[in-house]
Amino acid sequence: MTTLTLTRPRAPRAAFASMVRNEARLAWRQPAGLIAGAGIALLLLVIFGEIPSFQQPSGSLGGYSPFETYIPILMCFSIALIAFTYLPGPLVSYRELGVLRRLSTTPVPAYWVLAAQMVVQACLMVVTLALIVTVSIVFFGISAPRGPAAMVLSIALCIAALFAIGLAIAALARSTGAARGLMALALYPLMFFSGLYYPVPFMPAVIQDISNYTPLYAAVQAIGASWVGQFPATRSLLVLAGYALVFGYLAKRFFRWE
Amino acid sequence: MPTPDTLGSEPVASVALQAEAASAPAVEISHLRKTYGPLVAVDDVSLSVTEGEIFGILGPNGAGKTTTVECAIGLRSPDSGTIRLMGIDPQADKAQIHEITGVQLQSGAFPAKLRVGEIIDMYRSFYRHPADAAELAGALGLADKRNSYYRSLSGGQQQRLSVVLALIGAPRIAVLDEMTTGLDPQARRAAWELIEHVRDRGTTVLLVTHFMEEAERLCDRIALIDAGRIVALDTPAGLAARATGGKTVRFLPSAPFDESLLTGLPEVTAVEHDGHHIVVTGAGELATAVIVALHTAGVEARDVRMDASTLEDAFVRLTGRHLHEAEEGAQS
Repeated sequence: MTTLTLTRPRAPRAAFASMVRNEARLAWRQPAGLIAGAGIALLLLVIFGEIPSFQQPSGSLGGYSPFETYIPILMCFSIALIAFTYLPGPLVSYRELGVLRRLSTTPVPAYWVLAAQMVVQACLMVVTLALIVTVSIVFFGISAPRGPAAMVLSIALCIAALFAIGLAIAALARSTGAARGLMALALYPLMFFSGLYYPVPFMPAVIQDISNYTPLYAAVQAIGASWVGQFPATRSLLVLAGYALVFGYLAKRFFRWE
Repeated sequence: MPTPDTLGSEPVASVALQAEAASAPAVEISHLRKTYGPLVAVDDVSLSVTEGEIFGILGPNGAGKTTTVECAIGLRSPDSGTIRLMGIDPQADKAQIHEITGVQLQSGAFPAKLRVGEIIDMYRSFYRHPADAAELAGALGLADKRNSYYRSLSGGQQQRLSVVLALIGAPRIAVLDEMTTGLDPQARRAAWELIEHVRDRGTTVLLVTHFMEEAERLCDRIALIDAGRIVALDTPAGLAARATGGKTVRFLPSAPFDESLLTGLPEVTAVEHDGHHIVVTGAGELATAVIVALHTAGVEARDVRMDASTLEDAFVRLTGRHLHEAEEGAQS
């Protein structure tokens, strides 16, 4: 049996590319999340950009206009929508369908399908964020981000934190329905604390304190700061990294393949 | 239907391999035991499958068939006992096992909005020496379904896709769990033909089934499993022969004769009367021996009826139960 022991088997690299391709096809053919993630944020951006009172700089918003304040909020909102709509649902249904179990009998590790999905979603997020930034600059006269490196770092941490939360939801949910419920349960408070409904600086102090430690508002602050050329507050970055690590660990600890 | 002669990209059936097989079995399971809490699913199962063999694991639902093969391919870890596939321990070297085995599980679906061709191509990319996708799909009647969404497939087509995926890696050992459940008779025969072709190219096949006709038609040897134990392990004919001790010949003699005429024959084990009819039980070329002996004595055997026991009889005799699922499978 020399043919079996000569080389250690390893899945071909082309396998991962083909998994990414199929995940991309699925995303394209079921565009609900795509429309939700990219479309709603862009629509809100355009609406807010057309409201005259939103263009007035406000002292209580640090000298920025409500519209400018909303740009990082909408960026984080789109990341959250894509991460929460696309990650837990399909993963739980993959477990229900037996896709993960089937994969675990092939040379390809089953977690590759998770990785392939995250690659596709990260691409969707980057495209959406690029659209939001471009539309803000081109159509609404906002100046280009002054700290692009810090902004990339902030966005990467935000994506990591929300992926981790999404994966943890997928790990804990017993069914696709439960995953959707948990997603909604997590998404709405996170959006509230991020200032999507009402600017955080106008909210009571206790709400502001809580907001500082939620991943979305931490990301909003980090992205907003890097846009105007300041390095994000260490606390914002640490909060994001903390969510990524804690929920990443929970997901790894509790993920069931069957 | 295209001839699946080139299904494996590497022609592995050779005299050398067959000689090698004599020393190292493709599948070797000894004293396998697996429990789920208080339930003993598999209890002291031992079997050895020769390379190039189609080996059947037959038994009713819940007998421990699936647990046995899931342990064999490393999906479950046994409580005790040893397993070797091509000499490899599935628990110690899962990567090697996944490379040399192709597995079709009972359950398992795919995302509704992937096309058949996309699923096949993706699974094909997992292996370094895969089989020809178009030929496999053709042999299982899926050639014109490559552009269909998975959700538009019938149950039987989904099942056939599942068999394609099990064989797409040109595995040394194919493990097929209830391969033809839900297939119509024509698709079932096509699947059987394909399995024979795959075996002819050197692949060892471990076939889990509760479908009698399938086991009789395909398997070189069968392990009959009931309540987690192997109750018999033999060729299909050997198992059937154990059922009633063989065959019966029933006839109406044209004239009275001395029974010692028949009881003296080596083929005959018993002679009984049923009204005017005589029922002779035995083995081998029983009918010929009986008729020739009577003819020599000037007696004619009229209204002759012969019965050979089947695998189903063997199952009933060895376990005291019927394979009800098998009958349902044959009707669907």
